[in-house]
Amino acid sequence: MSELDGVPKPEELLKIDYQPPRKGWMDTPVNFKPGTYNYPAASKNHKILELPFPREWSPMEEDWKLPENWKEIVVNGIAERLSKYRSFKVFMDICVRCGACADKCHFFLGSGDPKNMPVLRAELLRSIYRKEFTAAGKVLGKLAGGRELTPTVIKEWFYYFYQCTECRRCSVFCPYGIDTAEITMIGRELLYLLGLGINWALEPAAKCFMTGNHLGVYPHTLKDTLEFFADDIEDITGVRVEIPLNKKGADILFVTPSGDYFADPGTFTCMGYLILFHELGLNYTWSTYASEGGNFGLFTSHEMIKRLNAKIYAEAKRLGVKWILGGECGHMWRVIHQYMDTMNGPADFLQEPVSPITGTKFENAKSTKMVHIMEFTADLIKHNKLKLDPSRNDKLKVTFHDSCNPARAMGIFEEPRYVIRNVCKEFYDMPENTIKEKTFCCAGGAGLGNDENMEMRLRGGLPRGNAVKYVQEKHGVNRLACMCAIDRATLVPLCDYWAPGVQVTGIHEMVANALVLKGEKERETDLRGEPLKELEE
Amino acid sequence: MAKVMLGGKEVEVDEDGFIQEPDLWDQNVAIDLAKTEGVQDMGEKHWKLVNYIREYYQKFGIAPMVRKLCKDCDLKLKEIYEMFPSGPAKGACKVAGLPKPTGCV
Repeated sequence: MSELDGVPKPEELLKIDYQPPRKGWMDTPVNFKPGTYNYPAASKNHKILELPFPREWSPMEEDWKLPENWKEIVVNGIAERLSKYRSFKVFMDICVRCGACADKCHFFLGSGDPKNMPVLRAELLRSIYRKEFTAAGKVLGKLAGGRELTPTVIKEWFYYFYQCTECRRCSVFCPYGIDTAEITMIGRELLYLLGLGINWALEPAAKCFMTGNHLGVYPHTLKDTLEFFADDIEDITGVRVEIPLNKKGADILFVTPSGDYFADPGTFTCMGYLILFHELGLNYTWSTYASEGGNFGLFTSHEMIKRLNAKIYAEAKRLGVKWILGGECGHMWRVIHQYMDTMNGPADFLQEPVSPITGTKFENAKSTKMVHIMEFTADLIKHNKLKLDPSRNDKLKVTFHDSCNPARAMGIFEEPRYVIRNVCKEFYDMPENTIKEKTFCCAGGAGLGNDENMEMRLRGGLPRGNAVKYVQEKHGVNRLACMCAIDRATLVPLCDYWAPGVQVTGIHEMVANALVLKGEKERETDLRGEPLKELEE
Repeated sequence: MAKVMLGGKEVEVDEDGFIQEPDLWDQNVAIDLAKTEGVQDMGEKHWKLVNYIREYYQKFGIAPMVRKLCKDCDLKLKEIYEMFPSGPAKGACKVAGLPKPTGCV
């Protein structure tokens, strides 16, 4: 696989040095090593989103061309956020540096770099807070954990706040419940005030702002793509599915990440949605405007989250749907469950979601009016509304990767497992410490899933890769299921590297393989066009 | 962004060598881009693939899905890797003058 070219071999990467440097962390300068940092955001994307100080710069150069009053901007930026977000103030004050989080971060486990201990990552910002905003820090400086704000600190922020995937595993273990992802988010916001961002996070946000989705898929392109899927589905099943687009008066608006209708293996899951909705006779619609479930604003700033999330609800209102169904996306659910209500809500123009097939009321989505497809499908199976033939997935031995956000931001653990167990016969969970609320990240979320950062992704991917390898060796697992488009992209090289032979799948791909359709022909292949009984490389 | 000479003209490229102004693309630019991808000779099959990608991009504003590309050009993914060692997205699309896709990909 070419994307792994140039990355050290696993044996090399496994020689991790956990011995901290001899000097204290404040005196250890940041080292931008190729393969472990992200390219800066292109100035055109700053301009599209009207962000300050668009310019060409490189992390590898000494001069980052910071604005003249950069220090004032950062200090004012911190002050503004301390007054706006009480959580941020609490997180800055409350940490006792107990170290419970230290070895919980996948990037620390895979790199041995102490600044990837969540406590120390937060300390990079906390030290400036102490120096500028606390009496003790102002007087005692370093003795009270404070330090001077210098361009070196900014460089350190850029490196380490983009070596955090905002996965929140560390928060599960923090006795105070400090949400380190929110510290990273604030750190990134402060960097954006100086015109410093990464392109892999900002370009999707800019494209979403312009075309409605991260990849920049135009309305006619989406239509053409979904019709391509419908052709393939017809070839495989003999059934022609409909493609409802921008349909006013539909009951349900369906929103999923654009990765699902562009990149394999997400495309097979996308076909899975089309097949399921057709079989149910669901009165639903896709939208060419709200054509993105993900929200790369989450990896940029609070303001950007709000701007991008707004379009889903604006479209739901325009089309006059009753409620919204969300696809197999990860971070979208962090936005919907934890930010939507106060940012863009209340969505009081929509109805409380009720499944038109089973009559189940989704009480948990009462306020956001948006239901996760895994709850929707699990409910269908529970009510015996789907005719399933799990033997059509007999070649698969499946394990399940809990995506960070659906797991930790909404606690959806059992529904995906329930669905998987009903559509395939062999399912094996990875060890307890690596799943559910303690799941290990794919190490490519939060805008870090690019090629230039591949070594760091694979280092961070070690704990997940190790757990996959464990079930591969113990049970012969050959497929890693997940319900997130970033996962479907990033777990592929992760498995190729740490657990070769394990392929990645979305859950609705397996659902649709097992789903017996009215009027279907005998299936000879799965949705990938591969023989039902044999695995292809 | 760096400027480099491709096909006899100065073209802006990103860190991975993808050209930034798709309108500046022509066959000579493609030949030089192919060299950066370790493809010394653009044969008939290479051009067929590159032209397909180019036409799709002009019509749809994005790279074609890999599956669609394979189906429409009657190629297996393996064959594309044989032609362009970096694969369809990072090899063939780069030679066709498309920008690098970003997001959940």
